[in-house]
Amino acid sequence: MGQKLIVGISDWKVGRGDDVLVTYALGSCIGTCIYDRTTGISGLSHIMLPDSTAIIDGHSTRMKFADTAIPDMIDKMKMMGASPSTMRAKIAGGAVMFQTSNSRFNIGERNIEAVKAVLSRLRIPILAEDVGLNYGRTMTFWAENGAVEISSTIMGKKMI
Amino acid sequence: MSIGKYEDLNDMQIDVLKEVGNIGSGNATTALSSMVGKLIDIEVPKVEVLDFNDAIEAVGGPEKVIAGILIRINGDIDGMIMFLFEQNLISLIEETFFGDAPPDIFSLTEAQMSALTEMGNIMAGSYVNAIAQLAGMTIDVEVPVMTIDMLGAIMSVPAIEMGEMGDKLLFIDNNMIIDQTSIQSKMLLLPTIDSLDHLLGKLGVA
Repeated sequence: MGQKLIVGISDWKVGRGDDVLVTYALGSCIGTCIYDRTTGISGLSHIMLPDSTAIIDGHSTRMKFADTAIPDMIDKMKMMGASPSTMRAKIAGGAVMFQTSNSRFNIGERNIEAVKAVLSRLRIPILAEDVGLNYGRTMTFWAENGAVEISSTIMGKKMI
Repeated sequence: MSIGKYEDLNDMQIDVLKEVGNIGSGNATTALSSMVGKLIDIEVPKVEVLDFNDAIEAVGGPEKVIAGILIRINGDIDGMIMFLFEQNLISLIEETFFGDAPPDIFSLTEAQMSALTEMGNIMAGSYVNAIAQLAGMTIDVEVPVMTIDMLGAIMSVPAIEMGEMGDKLLFIDNNMIIDQTSIQSKMLLLPTIDSLDHLLGKLGVA
């Protein structure tokens, strides 16, 4: 029997077999599902910010930033026996929750770009994405087949 | 002594912040109360210093659907005020303005949304004016913005902006009570760490 693994904000978890990974209510944050189709080893990360190098505070967790969280999670998947060459990604989130004229706050867009840049650098193709716009998303990820469901209060449920 | 992290606050400083919340939310609630013509009370404010996930649990859980009104504040205090309005408070406000209430939170019309946003504007103004007077500060409020969505997604906005500084969120949580029933609608004041230092300094407990 698989486990339901809840991934919090600024967190990542790795599962396999019939585990189900869930992260709730992504706003401007990004959920990144990585699935290795050869081993079924799967990881889900929930990042808040694009870039750890811009932050002076040394206390900050590496799981919070796109540039540290995603490589760390992939390292863990590799340690468990996953192969980077057969990894595929699906991403969701990066919304603008409150429309303002002030672009300083468009962190969603910066998060989308950062996650895509990290995945591109690691040569992991993005199979599907549901990003941007102005609503929150819950992401459910089945480790056994890489299926991802996005649910939102406005749009209902859909598979990506 | 200046605080570098929200966790560094001592008990006396927390008590002072509760009083700040009490005065601010008292003033905001009076404004709401006079608009809707109902007696509205506030619970004793809580000062919460929590990591992001616990903060979201503390205000209702990530997937709870709620109306969030965000008002950025700046001047002597930078940060945000966040109103989290539940259906029953929304109904009360809409009945006051329009004579009837929408059947649910998703059927709000443009005009009904504007009414809620304006209510948030008035309440935020009352909240910060009370603090500004108390501490001899100048605080400006920006134009409010509103959305209806999952609480986790709404709270990700302050979490991200305050998250650049650390891994925790500080908020003063004021819960409103209408007709002796707790309506679980909240006013949150979220100051940046620098502003918190400044405020505590002005109030003599830095």
